[in-house]
Amino acid sequence: MDARRMSRAVPRVRQVGFFTPNTPAQQPQPQSAAPSSESPPLSDSPASNSLSPVMIPPPRHLSDNLGGRTAAVPVPGRENSGELPTVGSYNPSESVLWLDSPPRSRIGDEELSEGAESSLGWYRRSDSAKFASSLPSGGFNLSTAKHPDSVAAVEAKNPLPEQSEAQKEQASSSKPLKAKTTKAERRALQESQRAAKAASRAEANKSGTPGGAPSSKPMKQPPQKKDGPPVASSIAASERIGVDRSVEKERKKDLPPPRKQFDDESRGGRAKRRSVLNQPEARNRVELFRHLPPHKNGTQLPYLGSKFFELHEKHPAVYKVGLQYLAGDLSGGNARCIAMLQAFQEAIRDYSTPPEKTLTRDLTSKIGGFVSFLIECRPLSMSMGNAIRFLKSRIARLPLTLSESEAKTTLCSDIDRFINEKIVLADKVILRHAATKIRDGDVLLTYGSSCVVEMILLYAHELGKQFRVVVVDSHPMLEGQKLLRRLLVKGLSCTYTQLNAISYVMHKVTRVFLGASSIFSNGTVYSTVGTASVAMVAHAFRVPVLVCCEAYKFHERVQLDSICFNELGDPDAISKVPGRVDVNYLDNLTDKQKENLELLNLKYDATPSDYISVIVTDYGMIPPTSVPVIVRGYRKEYLLI
Amino acid sequence: MPDTQALVNDFLNKLKKRKIEGSQATAKQTAELLRSVISQTRMPYTNQAAALIHSVKAVGERLIAANPVELAVGNVVRRVLHIVREEDLSLTTAAMAGLNLSAESDDEDDTDRDNHPALSAAAIAAASRSTLRPPSLQTLLEDVPDSAAVPHTSSSGGDSEGKSKSADKSSRSRKLKHDVIEAVNELIQDISTCHELIAEQAVEHIHQNEVILTLGSSRTVLEFLCAAKEKKRSFRVFVAEGAPRYQGHLLAKELVTRGLQTTLITDSAVFAMISRVNMVIVGAHAVMANGGVIAPVGLNMVALAAQKHAVPFVVLAGSHKLCPLYPHHPEVLLNELRSPSELLDFGEFSDCLDFGSGIGAPLLHVVNPTFDYVPPKLVSLFITDTGGHNPSYMYRLIADYYSADDLVLERRTTSGN
Repeated sequence: MDARRMSRAVPRVRQVGFFTPNTPAQQPQPQSAAPSSESPPLSDSPASNSLSPVMIPPPRHLSDNLGGRTAAVPVPGRENSGELPTVGSYNPSESVLWLDSPPRSRIGDEELSEGAESSLGWYRRSDSAKFASSLPSGGFNLSTAKHPDSVAAVEAKNPLPEQSEAQKEQASSSKPLKAKTTKAERRALQESQRAAKAASRAEANKSGTPGGAPSSKPMKQPPQKKDGPPVASSIAASERIGVDRSVEKERKKDLPPPRKQFDDESRGGRAKRRSVLNQPEARNRVELFRHLPPHKNGTQLPYLGSKFFELHEKHPAVYKVGLQYLAGDLSGGNARCIAMLQAFQEAIRDYSTPPEKTLTRDLTSKIGGFVSFLIECRPLSMSMGNAIRFLKSRIARLPLTLSESEAKTTLCSDIDRFINEKIVLADKVILRHAATKIRDGDVLLTYGSSCVVEMILLYAHELGKQFRVVVVDSHPMLEGQKLLRRLLVKGLSCTYTQLNAISYVMHKVTRVFLGASSIFSNGTVYSTVGTASVAMVAHAFRVPVLVCCEAYKFHERVQLDSICFNELGDPDAISKVPGRVDVNYLDNLTDKQKENLELLNLKYDATPSDYISVIVTDYGMIPPTSVPVIVRGYRKEYLLI
Repeated sequence: MPDTQALVNDFLNKLKKRKIEGSQATAKQTAELLRSVISQTRMPYTNQAAALIHSVKAVGERLIAANPVELAVGNVVRRVLHIVREEDLSLTTAAMAGLNLSAESDDEDDTDRDNHPALSAAAIAAASRSTLRPPSLQTLLEDVPDSAAVPHTSSSGGDSEGKSKSADKSSRSRKLKHDVIEAVNELIQDISTCHELIAEQAVEHIHQNEVILTLGSSRTVLEFLCAAKEKKRSFRVFVAEGAPRYQGHLLAKELVTRGLQTTLITDSAVFAMISRVNMVIVGAHAVMANGGVIAPVGLNMVALAAQKHAVPFVVLAGSHKLCPLYPHHPEVLLNELRSPSELLDFGEFSDCLDFGSGIGAPLLHVVNPTFDYVPPKLVSLFITDTGGHNPSYMYRLIADYYSADDLVLERRTTSGN
């Protein structure tokens, strides 16, 4: 009996792992209480029985936390296979038995995070944890010895069938115990454990930072690794959960904050007060788009120029980029992003930390100021948002030990690396991929002017492929004319037409190549306005649509229409048609006429994913359904390196 | 005669140079020209209807050849031919009913009559009518009394045939021409009032606070929207500008002048906006017999977007736009390419557009089509001056306006030309 107890005391080590300094006190209690308790364990199991569905992590969680798990799982498997050769790799009863122990580890964390994490999923989990801990303590015993395998079993294979598993669990948990402990004993043990848990919880609440748990959290790994091999398995388990949860938490944190809505009173007011530029009057604003900031045209350039010296805190390089955005000299997602990053780079080079401030914080706020200035000049594209996020995370992750100059050089090289890897090299990879889809005799259609598509066309031309390019253009941007000019200079044979004639030319087209400003994680392609129409007509004519987009432009937001989020262009650009003097119907309108007329110049639209055949990205050619996968993997890559 | 010839030549020139804009104007002018042609036609003593048909056809073929893409010309020519046949037929039947004589239609059914000498004139008229008219419920019902009257007339019809025929001729010759001109006048009237007839139905289709999208400019659409506005409906209109002609600007201007809330959008924003639109109302260039629409360029895109978002796509078309032909490859064959100067500045791209000199094929083609073909499955409803119709019903509507003989003849002659 005592020996048994001793073996049962092994979990103590594990618990130490979870509650580092606080728990040791808790462990003796069950031992002392156990002998006195005599009630049958089965009385408790119904409760656990009914709850078992919730304590089993739903399969979604399993798959979601793949990253964390793959690290954790192999360890126990390898270390313990020798220990317990008889136990199969998959034993449902055991796995469930094991399951009841890790929740204990959860509780410690739970207490810390309960305030913050109030979502249903978490709530359920914490619940289950509490109840699970009230399972017969026999489970504990076994779990220490056996669960390594079951860890793997549960995670890899077993989104457990709930009810039957629970029953088995019941049986198995009682079976080994019956030999040595009475029901009462077990009940007592259990109660004592509950008490201990409550005590530890209270302690945790009091201290706020109980022991190892908080320290382990930011590291995303419990520090118990240093504990010896005997507890490796439990470490693995806890580790898994730790990673699980931290990943999940992080994901929650990463959830993009709601977009700033222009019509939001409080925020709008603040923005207006801070704004450098005059807000154009709200006349002739389309009602549907009042939530978007109105276009600021180049007429404000002189005004902004006059304010140059008042804006001394803006770095000149940033200022210059802002002016270029405003004037429309810089366009195209990549060009804008690179210009912005380079301006930031320059600003960082010239930066010096003011006294009694830390570089990390001050620089972040400084960058924030730059960004809000740029937003005022022109709303950011998704890709720029991603780049800024990258930069900010790099700043936040700067080791405190670095000196200022070191930090600055690190950041500058980080920016360089971002531009190089995520844009320049990514484009090269995209070229390679996309060129394989161009064959001799093809008629390729492209819309607007995408620099990636242009590079693809030129690259394929250099490879000696014989094809024809249909450049489709639309008023008022007429970017296609510039693209057409550049293609003609390189000797490509082209057809030029306007968007309206798309159905006429689509008969002969064999591929459609489109660029994108961003791709959302529901597969929606956010691109120059008109792209959706092109993709739709191509889809109607059964022509494959290839969207070429660097992965850094992917965004985890989702969008269904082109109205909730968009950018407004200059409304007056619509009424003017360059090179057409005969089109002047809207020149001399009376005030009454102007009152009723709204001009809408949208910049972007959202193409539904069903029109997209393939997305060519630096990770290869993927279907639109795989975008969220890339988004996830990509975020990890550039935030966690 | 010479002055009609001059008129015809003048009109031909206008058609060839695409001076006449809009199918309504074309249709009206064609009808007026044909009216004068008919009035100038010298009527022979026999076979007057055939003579009229012949002269109308001769002019019509030239008109159609002058602008084969402007289907309204052909439509009106066929309508006039149909009128001639109908008038002739009604005269024949009237003569028969009134005189109870064998006033057989002597122009076309000569052979028929020769083959069946035993049959009475009324029976022949009924037969000829059923050949002229496609079978419909109405003609079937009309035929019943005729066939019932056959035994009755056959008893008394035989003997007085020769005498009454010659007596009837002189009055009929003048009467036929007169009736035809009257009917053509009616046609012209129809064509010029079709807007009002269509606009009258606007209130039935536009409700309060509706959001309507249209592309380019069409007078029918303008009147339709204004009619609804006059009935105190308040609604909002999105007008796509319709590049490269930018007629949407014109329509938008007209609409705001009449006090309608109008938003001018680019053609590229159609897909973005269509999800917030309740109905798409557009004009058409021509409606084909299968219910397909030859429409201003860009409308196929709009129709596809409307289908994607389940927005009703309503086409307004006067009956002169109903074309009895079935389209084959209409995107190309029934299309017209306009000048590239509407899309590109010649000065800027002249080096690449040089087709005459240089080496081999030019690098740059500029495509600027005028029309789009919208297949019938994308159209929710046609609103014509006779009411609303499904695309699948178009062939039937067309059968009421045209006689089957003319379709075949016209097609042969146009293909010959």
